[in-house]
Amino acid sequence: MSRILLFNVLRFIILVFIQVFLLKNMVFYNLNVPFLYILFILLLPFETPNILLFTLSFLMGFSIDLFSDTLGLHAAACTVLALMRVFFISITVQKDNYDSDPEPTLGIMGFRWFFFYTLILTITHHFFLFNLEVFKFAEILNTFSRVLISSTFTVTLILITEALFYRKKQRK
Amino acid sequence: MRNLWRFISNYNALFLFVIFFLISIVLLVRNNDFQRSSTLNTSNQIVGNFYERYNNISKYLHLEVVNDSLARENALLRSKLPSAYFNDSLVSKKITDTINKVQYEYIEAEVINKSITSRNNYLTINRGSKHGIKKGMGVIGPSGVVGIVWNVSENFSSIQSILHEDTRINSSIEGTPYFGPLVWDGENSQIVTLTDIPNQLNIKPKAKVVTSGLGVIFPKGIMVGTVLKSGVKGGGSFLDISVKLSTNFYALQHVYIIKNNFAAEQLLLEAQNKEL
Repeated sequence: MSRILLFNVLRFIILVFIQVFLLKNMVFYNLNVPFLYILFILLLPFETPNILLFTLSFLMGFSIDLFSDTLGLHAAACTVLALMRVFFISITVQKDNYDSDPEPTLGIMGFRWFFFYTLILTITHHFFLFNLEVFKFAEILNTFSRVLISSTFTVTLILITEALFYRKKQRK
Repeated sequence: MRNLWRFISNYNALFLFVIFFLISIVLLVRNNDFQRSSTLNTSNQIVGNFYERYNNISKYLHLEVVNDSLARENALLRSKLPSAYFNDSLVSKKITDTINKVQYEYIEAEVINKSITSRNNYLTINRGSKHGIKKGMGVIGPSGVVGIVWNVSENFSSIQSILHEDTRINSSIEGTPYFGPLVWDGENSQIVTLTDIPNQLNIKPKAKVVTSGLGVIFPKGIMVGTVLKSGVKGGGSFLDISVKLSTNFYALQHVYIIKNNFAAEQLLLEAQNKEL
């Protein structure tokens, strides 16, 4: 239990640092940046109580907001992401499996499940993030293209990150 | 009341979502109005501190870009210095003399580019057709012959130097009537060969070699160099004389272009001979 707690705290800090100091400066064709930090919310254990899940998601978004001068923007998108996560998991995963599969990682859940999980949650998050940021229906097409490009980037990065840690676990 | 609790706990995700989402939206909207005055932005003590540290590190990564921009600025400033401007004023002295007609005029010029080590060498000067330079004019330096004007543009000219396969400058040993062309064999940028001098002449080393004054390019008696050694090559009837050039091409900076005022007349006359 304490191991899971420690891992998640470390993940939180590392992802915020990577997002704020590295990825924020990685502009993809002048269009968008990847948002790897949502990996923290994706990887929270299945058994996380909803109240904790939403609080942590909010905190994660809020931390990113502090560094981006967009107070509330990432927090709102992350809250939507948390809700989507609850829906997705309740539809696709049986509650009985919680004991054997504690965390929704690539290594435990398999590539297909993890890919769709990441894809749907990322697009939801990015959709709300960009639309809240733009806040205009007139530019909706432009916003959609930004959502798609940024999502591609984010999903790729998340899969790569997961693949790296997946291998490490196998070696141990 | 119990039903209400059960309802809330069954759909707790939705309620939690509504609560947190509302908080976020309130923050977002409020922050849009009071972004600058908000205490929770980057001017915040802790976040600002992090950014300062980050900047301290990241500015090293941008040194190259900064250097480039500084270099560009330097170039811009340099281009505003007086030395960057093309000096268009021409110091060409012309003395009006009613008794003696001036045959040769000298136009001063600065060497702005040169090659020395190639087989065929050229120099570029900052005078051109605008200043009266024409193809085929002679060029001399402060210490001796340099070459012949090859191509002329509006503001610049290129000079085919003595150190060129095709340059033939008519020269003679000072004090003798015999003359011959100077040929460069491409080996040493200080030494050329004077050919076609009859072998009955006894030529001592250190004898002066000057232009012969034949043709329309150079006046008579302009310094070319000094004799290093002379000898008959291969049993011919002419001497091959090694001449050490007086012009040091490495140090050459200022040259004079010789304008022959009578060149056109002389060439016209000679052309008539050929027609017949």
